[in-house]
Amino acid sequence: MRNRLRLPALAIVSVILATACGGAATPSPSSGGSSPAASTPPVSGGASAPAASGSGSAGQGIDDGTKITMWTRAATEARARPLVEAYNGSHKNQVELTVVPTDDYQAKVGAAAGSSGLPDLFSADVVFMPNWTSQGLFQDITSKIDGLPYADKIAQAHIVASTWENKKYGLPFIVDLSVWFYNKALYRQAGLDPEKPPTTLDEFATQARAVAKLGGDIHGTFFGGNCGGCEVFTWWPITWADGEQVMNADGTQSMLNSDTNKKIYSTFKSLVDDGTVWMPDSKTETGPTWTGYFLTGKVGIMPWPATLTGVAGDNLKLEDVGATPIAGTKTGTSTFVGGDSIGIGRDSKVPDQAWNFLAWLEDQDAQVNVIAKGGNVVSRTDLANNQYSSADPRLVMFNTIAGKGQTPFALKFGQTFNDPQGPWLVLLRDAVFGDASKIDADNDAINQSLQP
Amino acid sequence: MAVRDLRSEAAPAATRMPGWRRTRRRIGMLYALPTAIYVAVFFVVPLLLVVRMSAGNWTLLGGDRGLNFPKNFTAIGSNTLFWPAVAFTIEYTVIVTILLIGLGLGLALLVQESGRWSGFLRTSFLLPAAIGLATASLLFWGFYSPTIGPISPPLEKLGLIHEPIQFLGTSLSALLSTVFLIVWKYAGFYMLILLVGLQAIPSEVYEAAAIDGATRWQTLRRVTLPLLRPSLALALILCITGSLLAFDQFYILTKGAPDNTTVTVVQLIYREAFQRQNLGTAAALSIIVLAVLLVINAVQFRGLRSADSA
Repeated sequence: MRNRLRLPALAIVSVILATACGGAATPSPSSGGSSPAASTPPVSGGASAPAASGSGSAGQGIDDGTKITMWTRAATEARARPLVEAYNGSHKNQVELTVVPTDDYQAKVGAAAGSSGLPDLFSADVVFMPNWTSQGLFQDITSKIDGLPYADKIAQAHIVASTWENKKYGLPFIVDLSVWFYNKALYRQAGLDPEKPPTTLDEFATQARAVAKLGGDIHGTFFGGNCGGCEVFTWWPITWADGEQVMNADGTQSMLNSDTNKKIYSTFKSLVDDGTVWMPDSKTETGPTWTGYFLTGKVGIMPWPATLTGVAGDNLKLEDVGATPIAGTKTGTSTFVGGDSIGIGRDSKVPDQAWNFLAWLEDQDAQVNVIAKGGNVVSRTDLANNQYSSADPRLVMFNTIAGKGQTPFALKFGQTFNDPQGPWLVLLRDAVFGDASKIDADNDAINQSLQP
Repeated sequence: MAVRDLRSEAAPAATRMPGWRRTRRRIGMLYALPTAIYVAVFFVVPLLLVVRMSAGNWTLLGGDRGLNFPKNFTAIGSNTLFWPAVAFTIEYTVIVTILLIGLGLGLALLVQESGRWSGFLRTSFLLPAAIGLATASLLFWGFYSPTIGPISPPLEKLGLIHEPIQFLGTSLSALLSTVFLIVWKYAGFYMLILLVGLQAIPSEVYEAAAIDGATRWQTLRRVTLPLLRPSLALALILCITGSLLAFDQFYILTKGAPDNTTVTVVQLIYREAFQRQNLGTAAALSIIVLAVLLVINAVQFRGLRSADSA
C-alpha cells in the first residue's frame, strides 16, 4: 500500500519541483510555474467604475504636495519621463513613475485591478483603451475634460478611443503617428526629385522600384512582415486616406478583405516578388527592429513613426531624411494616431491631484516646452505651429497630420491584431507572402476574433 | 470473563501514547509546519484557484463571471493552434532530450578523471547554466538578428555568404537555432548531474571489469550505464519536464514565428491568459499540462523503480 502511494506522491513532488524551480532546467513563463494564470489574481467588480467627474474639482485640480503614483510601459518611457520630471520640478505634487516592461504591462494592470491596487495614473496603448475602459479600470473624467478651455483642440482620436458609453476616461499622453520617410540622398542617386515624395500608393511603389534599381545593398522599401502591429500602424492609413474603413464603428466587423485593402496587399506583394522589398528580412521581422532598417541608409522609402529623434546617424544625415504623409491608393492622406492614452485609476484616492497632472499635461507649458521641445508630436492641434516645430517643416507636418488621422476602435483589438498568433498576421502573410486566395477566409477568422 | 477483563485493560493501553512520545510527535509536527504552510499557500491554494478558474468564465480584467464547466476544456479541441503546438512541443522535447542527455554524458565522461584541465573544462561547460534563460535567449536573439547580429557581417566580408543568415527565418532553422541555445545553456548542467553519478560508481567495479578483459565499449555498456541509471533517470525527468514546459526561449526568439510553426503549449497558455485575456481557458490548458506531466513522471518513476528492483 505504502509503495503504491509512493509512486504518485513522487510524481507530484517531481512536477512541483520541476515547475517551481524553473531556473535549472525548466523554462517557465513566470513564477507561477506551469500556469501563468495562477500568478494573476482574479479581478472583482466588472465594468462599474467610480465616477469622479461628479464630485471632483474642475479646472486644474489640486496641487497640495500629494504623492501621485503613475505607471507607464517601457516603450514610451523615453517620452514619459521628461514630462514627469518637468511636472515634479514645477509643482508641489510629486509623481512617482513606475516603468513596466511592455510585454508585462497588461498582466500587471490585470493583477493590480484584481487586488484593487491600480495606481493613481496609468497609461495604456491607445488601441487597448476601449477594452480597458469597458472593464471599468479608469475613473470617469468627462466633466473635467469638457471643462478644459482647449478641450476641442485635443487630438480627438485619443478622446474617442478613451470614450465608453458616452463617458470619457482618458486623454492623450504620448502621440505617435505614422508617416512615410524617404532617403533624399538615394532619391538623388536614383534620378528622383527629392522634393517630390509620393502622393499615392502607386507612386510610392514606383519610387521604391527606382531606388531598388540602384542595386548592390540598396533596397527600395522595407516593412515588418511578421509583425501585425507594424502593418496596422503603417498600412491602415492607406485605406483611411481613400476615405474607407478597416472595421465598422464598434469594431466587430472587419473590412480588411475590401477591394482597396486587396489592392494594398497586392501592391506590396508585387514589390516583394520583384525584389524591391528588403528580403528576407521583411518576411522575418517580428517588430523590435523594424524602424532600424531606415537608419542603415540603404532603404529608399518606408513608413516610420513621426519623430526626428534618433534618425540621423553615421549612415543618414538629418537633412537627407524626407518625410511625407501616408497617401491612399487614389488620393488623400492619413495617419494612425497611436501612442498612449492616460487616465485616473479607479482605485485612486487622490483623483483631484491626479487630474492636476493631466490638466498640466494638456496645457501649453507641457505641450510646447516639454513635448515639442523634445521633437515630438503635440496632442493639441492649436499648438501645431510652435517655436520649436516652426524651425522644421517636417515637424509642422507631423503636428498637422494628426488631425487627419484615425485610431481604430475594437474591444478585442490586441488579440486580433497585435497577437503574434492572431488572425490578422495570418491574413497579412497569406496576402503578401503566401496564398492570396485565402484573404476572405482569413477575414472571417478576424471577424470571429472581434466578437465580444 | 478473564479474557474480557484483559481486553478492557489492554485497549486503553494500546490507544494511549506515552507522554514523551506525544511531545516528540508534536515537536515533529511543529518542525514540519513551516513547510506544510509553504506548500499549502504556494502550491495547494494556487492549484485550487487554477482548478476553479478552469471551470469558470474568468477574464483577466473582468474577473470571475460564473461557472461554465466544461466549456473551457471542450473549447481547447477547437483551438486551431492546440494540436500543432502539442506536436511541436513533443518534437522539440525529443530533439532536446536526446542532445542534452547525449552531450551531457559525453562531457561527463570527458571530465570525470581529475587532470590538468578538468577543473577548467568543468567550469567552462557549466558556466552557461549560470545565466538566466531569458537573458541567454535575449543574447542569442542579438546573435541571430540579421540587423544587429555579429555573425553574418564577417562572413559576408569574406565572401562566404551574400546576404545575412536568417537563423530564425524558417520553421526548421528557428527550431534548430533555439535547440542550439538550449544545448549550449544546459549541456553543462546535465554534465554535472551525470558526473555526480559517474563518480559514485566504485572504482573496484571498473578494476574487476578490466581484469575480466572488458573493452572500453563493453565497460560503458555493461558497467557504467547500468550503474548510472538513477542519475540518468533524474536527468531525463528534468529534461523532459523542462522541455515540455518550454516558453521563455521561444517567446523571446521566435514569438511562434514563422507562421505559428514554433508555438509551444505553454505559449498557448500565455496567449490565452494575456493576449486573449481568458484566464478560464488558460487554466484549463494548465490543468491538462499538469495532468500530462503527472502521468509522464509517474511512468518515469515506475521505470526507475523497476530498474532498481531488477
